[in-house]
Amino acid sequence: MNTIVKYITLDLIKNKIIIIYTLLLGVISFSVLSIDSNSSKGLLSLLNITLLFVPIISILFATIYFFNSSEFIELLLSQPVKRKTVLLAEYSGLSTALCAAYAVGIGIPTIILTPSPAALVLLVSGLLLTLSFTALALLVFVLFKDKTKGIGASIIISLFLSLLFDGLLLIFIYSFGEYPIEKPILGIIALNPIDLARILMLLQLDVAVLMGYSGALFKKFLGSMAGSAYAIICMMLWVIVPLFLSVKIFRKKDL
Amino acid sequence: MIKLTEVTKSFGKFKALDNISLTLGKGQAISLLGPNGSGKTTLIKSILGLVIPEAGTITVNGLQVNNNWAYRSHIGYMPQIGRYPDNMTIVQVLNMIKELRSDKHVYDEELIDSLGLRKIQDKTMRSLSGGTRQKVSACLAFLFSPDVFILDEPTAGLDPLSSEILQSKIAQERNKGKLILITSHVLSDLEDITSHILYLQDGKMMFHKTVEDLQNITGELKLSKIVASLMQEADVHKSFQHEHDS
Repeated sequence: MNTIVKYITLDLIKNKIIIIYTLLLGVISFSVLSIDSNSSKGLLSLLNITLLFVPIISILFATIYFFNSSEFIELLLSQPVKRKTVLLAEYSGLSTALCAAYAVGIGIPTIILTPSPAALVLLVSGLLLTLSFTALALLVFVLFKDKTKGIGASIIISLFLSLLFDGLLLIFIYSFGEYPIEKPILGIIALNPIDLARILMLLQLDVAVLMGYSGALFKKFLGSMAGSAYAIICMMLWVIVPLFLSVKIFRKKDL
Repeated sequence: MIKLTEVTKSFGKFKALDNISLTLGKGQAISLLGPNGSGKTTLIKSILGLVIPEAGTITVNGLQVNNNWAYRSHIGYMPQIGRYPDNMTIVQVLNMIKELRSDKHVYDEELIDSLGLRKIQDKTMRSLSGGTRQKVSACLAFLFSPDVFILDEPTAGLDPLSSEILQSKIAQERNKGKLILITSHVLSDLEDITSHILYLQDGKMMFHKTVEDLQNITGELKLSKIVASLMQEADVHKSFQHEHDS
């Protein structure tokens, strides 16, 4: 497994899109952080950029990469290795490269310019987002045989989670506003890794109350530590569950 | 060495393999022939465990293919289309597969030299032509001197000289007593290699005979003539025409 991960990562480090992605994140974070003297505001802007770009870029790039690798995966599978090993190695190699891009592009500038626990939390939530959306891309890859359909599904997943989900949540809150729905909402939010990342960061920045209903809820019901732990555990589940399902489906897939 | 028992595989309503039973033994070079969509690739992929049949059993060297992976150390596979990660170099691809197979430390690198890959080993896979990529696939299949070779359209896309080098390598391995399963539409390339012909149509096995038997039956000497006359007999002429047109 380590062999495949090593060579895939070596291949991806030289990939133009990964290099441009890293540079772009680096330029954005340097410029955002040096414009404003208030580091908390700068980190919030970076959070919004992370929430907007990281999910869609991770899932789209990963889906295209997995589908383009399907012949290579077949070749690897003609060697005496397990299907599970090949699939998880592909995932690990790709997520290592994407995480490295995020860590270099956002992590290094924030830690140099605004060294704080909040900068670290931003890094962690960005990395968890990358891992979970790459895992979702893997799930799309094993579910679909056709590349175009797979890319379509990935676009729908990322749009649903980044735009539509919050809208539906708002409708839900307005319709059932007269009932005690705070606890159910905590559960529903766990269904969206992007919301979880947002909450994780907001709890850290002490602006939770200002930044909407969900943040306020988390602050009120769970307190900072428990809320962060809950968000991190849920995000890890967003990595583990798609990976587990992918391996299970891939075991029986016809290539 | 390879034994299939009542193997059936369907994709939806379409039966790609229909109740196929056959035994392939040592020292044989089997040409797998049949029109497009007759189930050749599905048969190969079933043996490699890439496609999972819904019924029947396949064994390679006595090992069940089902949910097993160790048996693949006996197989060298050359796919029809070889695509590799863009930024890997030839030498990286070769090293990766070598590192993956830590069970073997003796490599058969004859083809790497004779096909001239040594000189261009630091080129990235993206920059290679289809034919050169095909050569890399060929080198990988022969790298560990396996007992079984499964070659899917090995000479398609190769220049005449390389094609000749690959054919003589295949013949050399067959003479060592290896089992070779080969598909090709270029019948003249198979002429000197083949000992048996396995003909598939619509997922069914039409015949599986030695070339000598077929020569006696048809009275023809050349492989292409033999196949043509057998097809006319089996009234499958139309589908073969269609295959040549496409």
